[in-house]
Amino acid sequence: MALSLPRERAVAGRFGEYGGRYVPETLMAALEELATLYDGVRTDPAFWAEYELLLKEFVGRPSILTRAERLGEAVGTTVWLKREDLNHTGAHKINNTIGQALLARRMGKTRIIAETGAGQHGVATATICARFGLECVVYMGAEDVERQALNVYRMRLLGATVVPVTSGTRTLKDATNEALRDWVTNVLTTHYIIGSVVGPDPYPRMVRDFQAVIGQEAREQMLAQHGRLPTTVVACVGGGSNAIGMFAGFLDDAEVELVGVEAAGEGIATGHHSATLSAGAPGVLHGCLSYLLQDEDGQVLPAHSVSAGLDYPGVGPEHSWLRDTGRVTYEAVTDAEALAGFQSLCRLEGIIPALETAHALAWVEKQAGRWRASDAVLVCLSGRGDKDVAHVARLLGTPA
Amino acid sequence: MSATTSSEARLDQAWAQLRQARRTALIPYLTAGHPSRPASLEALKRAAEHADILEVGVAFSDPLADGPTIQRSTFEALAGGMSLPRTLELIAEARLDKPVVVFSYLNPVRRYGVARFLADAAAVGASGLLLTDLPAGNDPAIEDAVRQSPLSLIRLVAPTTTGARLAEVVAGAQGFLYLVARLGVTGASATLAEGLEGYLARVRAASPLPRAVGFGISTPAQARQVAHLAEGVVVGSALVDCLATAGPKAAGVFLGSLRAALDTADRERHG
Repeated sequence: MALSLPRERAVAGRFGEYGGRYVPETLMAALEELATLYDGVRTDPAFWAEYELLLKEFVGRPSILTRAERLGEAVGTTVWLKREDLNHTGAHKINNTIGQALLARRMGKTRIIAETGAGQHGVATATICARFGLECVVYMGAEDVERQALNVYRMRLLGATVVPVTSGTRTLKDATNEALRDWVTNVLTTHYIIGSVVGPDPYPRMVRDFQAVIGQEAREQMLAQHGRLPTTVVACVGGGSNAIGMFAGFLDDAEVELVGVEAAGEGIATGHHSATLSAGAPGVLHGCLSYLLQDEDGQVLPAHSVSAGLDYPGVGPEHSWLRDTGRVTYEAVTDAEALAGFQSLCRLEGIIPALETAHALAWVEKQAGRWRASDAVLVCLSGRGDKDVAHVARLLGTPA
Repeated sequence: MSATTSSEARLDQAWAQLRQARRTALIPYLTAGHPSRPASLEALKRAAEHADILEVGVAFSDPLADGPTIQRSTFEALAGGMSLPRTLELIAEARLDKPVVVFSYLNPVRRYGVARFLADAAAVGASGLLLTDLPAGNDPAIEDAVRQSPLSLIRLVAPTTTGARLAEVVAGAQGFLYLVARLGVTGASATLAEGLEGYLARVRAASPLPRAVGFGISTPAQARQVAHLAEGVVVGSALVDCLATAGPKAAGVFLGSLRAALDTADRERHG
């Protein structure tokens, strides 16, 4: 299948008012270099041929589309799962790191840095760096280092240096601050592989393009396996990269409902959540203007989620724009609901999903009866849950 | 000298006086509310005794351009209840007789309201605004609002700012240029950045504005060296560190030693 990139909706690096380049002056030259390179690459068939070959031979794409029979019965409609969990390294994150590593190679940069929350992006970055022979440093919040010990060990096995970040809230937000500080210091030799559709332009549109393969494949697979487009497409949203990649395939299909599911943590009313689009307000963090969890003084509020990958107070600027335009609806489910969704998929479908993905699944389950039998719901199964098993065991105890 | 009423003119006037006196500007940076509100107030007053211009930092939860020292100072200030409105109150209460440049990340200012901030900052006597994460040309509406306010729009120049970018940065700058001496975040450094002389000459060729050099200047010897190359010296992390460990009085003594080093350099240059 030939890759075709989504129609560019950003104008001068902004989706509506969102996006931009809110960074220290030192980084402006690197962002201009990256944007110029990427604008050229976007129409360079040789680049995309190399990218696609790696997706095929290294990642194992296309990822399959699985009919979720028993989950469908429980919900009262047909449910399809886009199996990004079957990618090499276990999540959609590898799609983006391959694209960006190819860009780094074109720029002659030999050192790669990344931030990671759940560790999936860190593992995906360490993986492609090993494959390309690039030095790799991953910043990870000290709290996440504890929560995701397995992924920390995987990164180290792959030759990466993992730096625990102890400042601020000790999670993804602070890991991103520290990665940006590294980049400001080593910008001449280093490429920063941002893991989501966040950060200064051109990252949000570049990462979206590298994830758009999800939606493009899924759309073609729905037509081939189901015979028509889905009624509703659902994906979880932290920074929002799997969601934007999935939605990119369906934005022009006005009849397809698009739903992003954020983490409501302990409940939005408690203040302990990561539901940026549901409860935040526009603000500037990590280089872009987007919805942000912040207090009255403009200080960024700590996010909370049972899943380290959604534990982020910001969100991609394209999501903010899609929210405001109404093209995508954003919902939120709690930690407890996500844990229930996690268990359901294990028992109903024989698939252990990532806790991030479990939020999208939980929302679908909660909506049982919402769809007709003739409808179809497509869920982006963005990652597998092996990394979460120990964490879930601590929370739930051992299943009887 | 004619009386001026606008605070922008005040910053320009300060540089004109410095030029006339052949004096290199000493520009201390302090995080408002660090290490505590009373100690911060005292430190600002003591700093003003030695300073030609003062930079007052607004604490922000995510200081991504700052090294460990300033990070710590902002987290401590926030823990002590500091905020953007309280920073303005502190500046008002300090009644500083030197021009004040407010140093902030964009989000607190944006949340407060840019127009409201500019009016309130001018009302407490601030003369300039530097937004760490608002590079030239990225958000023209905000930059235009600052330029049209009584506050000067102070811009950062980095070693990576070259060619057309440098021309764009200096084109809309007001007051003075803040030159980031090296790649990296704020923080004290044992040695001055290599290539500083060429970098400073490049900026001079691009703009007639006074150049203040910061990032990594921590000793009288370094200050003296920079004084031979630029019109102003910014000292931040080393001062914040001194204040945190030894208190406001010691911070004043430290600034006195930097002032003496600059005076020596000024004599060396002009006889």
